[in-house]
Amino acid sequence: MRTLSVALVFALGLCAQTSRYGVGRVPGAEEIRGLGPTVAPDGTGLPEGSATAVEGRELFAQKCAKCHGEKAEGDVGPALVGGQGTLATPKPRKTVGSFWPHAPVVWDYVHRAMPFNQPGVLSHREVYAVVAYVLFLNGIIGEKDVMDAKSLGKVRMPNRDGFVPDPRPDVKSK
Amino acid sequence: MMGRAEEARTLGKPLSGYTERSVYVKAERATRQSKTPEAGSSATPLADMMGIITPSALHYERHHAGVPTIDPEQHRLTVHGMVERPLVLTMAEIQRMPSVSRIAFLECGGNSGGEWGALTGPTAQRACGLASCSEWTGVPLRLVLEECGLKPGAAWLIAEGADACRMQRSVPVEAALGEALLAYGQNGEPLRPSQGFPLRLLTPGWEGNLQVKWLRRLLVTDQPYMTRDETSKYSDLMPDGKARIFTLMMEAKSVVTFPSGGQRLPGRGLYELTGLAWSGQGLIERVEVTLDGGRSWQAAVLQEPRLPKAFTRFRLAWQWDGKPAVIASRAVDETGYVQPGKEELIAARGLNSGYHFNGIKLWKVAADGSVANADA
Ligand code: HEC
Repeated sequence: MRTLSVALVFALGLCAQTSRYGVGRVPGAEEIRGLGPTVAPDGTGLPEGSATAVEGRELFAQKCAKCHGEKAEGDVGPALVGGQGTLATPKPRKTVGSFWPHAPVVWDYVHRAMPFNQPGVLSHREVYAVVAYVLFLNGIIGEKDVMDAKSLGKVRMPNRDGFVPDPRPDVKSK
Repeated sequence: MMGRAEEARTLGKPLSGYTERSVYVKAERATRQSKTPEAGSSATPLADMMGIITPSALHYERHHAGVPTIDPEQHRLTVHGMVERPLVLTMAEIQRMPSVSRIAFLECGGNSGGEWGALTGPTAQRACGLASCSEWTGVPLRLVLEECGLKPGAAWLIAEGADACRMQRSVPVEAALGEALLAYGQNGEPLRPSQGFPLRLLTPGWEGNLQVKWLRRLLVTDQPYMTRDETSKYSDLMPDGKARIFTLMMEAKSVVTFPSGGQRLPGRGLYELTGLAWSGQGLIERVEVTLDGGRSWQAAVLQEPRLPKAFTRFRLAWQWDGKPAVIASRAVDETGYVQPGKEELIAARGLNSGYHFNGIKLWKVAADGSVANADA
């Protein structure tokens, strides 16, 4: 799969400089930034800002607890805590703490999609704060650990190595 | 005048600009009660469908933050990242490029998720209805990427929607260079809002969630971004606690839609058994039907045209003797892959994987003609 794509990409690269259809406009860096952050698993793309779980506590109560519960135990929205050690049991509980492999992606998701009914209301710093709080509730970071573009990428999530490639076809038919 | 039916004694409705269906036709998508109906799914009434095309108004839905209302004049697609020339495209510009139309099924990675457990779907709609089939029109994504020029090492596209959750998925570049479309048309008209108006990604044969609707951005990268909807959701948790990721292709599947759960046969006699089959790997090669709970299988007739990665309709003349029967279908695709039974799926993946269920669905016909879920 990889070799094929590299070969094709190389072929496409050759005609890169010329525009065949003359459509579109080249956006400036500012315009691209204006689309909003897109964060890689290692934290590349995280914006400026920093906060601790202490700062996130109040904000979580105001903006998240209504749906996720006071302690993020889940309500209208899914549970965000607990479940560590359950993935290989008959009742797995998949949460940010037990299942999500990369902390920067929690920032990315909360920033793009939460609060569910008011996405976009939180500032970048506020997103760091609620994410720090959720990580703290899961026992992954300390209450006073400062989360920012650098430190969030260094947080080791418990299920960091929990994802494996697709081995299908895997089922034997009778 | 005597003896004329009402509709032949009064004038009918005049011409109109847009046709509604007959008041006697009631088929609807099935939804569930939810406190957050913007994040959920509605299932196609498969047993009410004819042929292979799903009417756009009945195409299944799966949204994570509701259906946005987007002005196509304002909508832009931005391609950036590992490209020689980042580009912002208007809808008019996208529609100026060479287009193609093709028929393809779309199936949610979570379709039939309930079938893994004990509470299986009582109807074809509830059991398998997060699958539909349309004719899609759009620009091959490959052409747009050629305009931008992929840099060496470009391997993934991070696709982003313009909806309230800015739905985001990592798409392998192989898909983009293959059959993927930037689709703006569905069944002869612009996409319905619930299918991504004005623009969606279409990667035929792959799970629905990947085919980001209301597409506003493609960020070209060298790695997947492990987004929420490819890790927390749509990944398959195995018994050892590891989760399979990027199980994108939807394996061959089929379901008998008549007779199917919730229906009733009026009495013994000749019926046309029918159903739908599809495979993310290409053509449906064969569909076999059992009338005796899997002891024996016979080939169904496949309706032409048979198209790769599209619904294929199958039929079988069936003389019902009025005795209880357990019926099901089993699809075989062009790679020789055989649709498995539920037990075989569970043996391979356990009970916690949740997604990508393509097992055989059994219906039982009772002596009184009522048809019900045989796996309940
Ligand atoms: C109005 C209700 C509501 C509010 C308020 C809300 N959420 Fe959510 N949240 C949801 C729903 C519903 C989902 C599931 C969305 C889906 O199915 O795509 C969700 C999903 C999530 C997830 C993903 C969970 C997983 O394991 O996949 C995270 C993380 C999250 N919310 C964090 C937050 C944070 C942090 C806040 C506060 C800033 C917040 N939410 C506010 C309803 C809410």
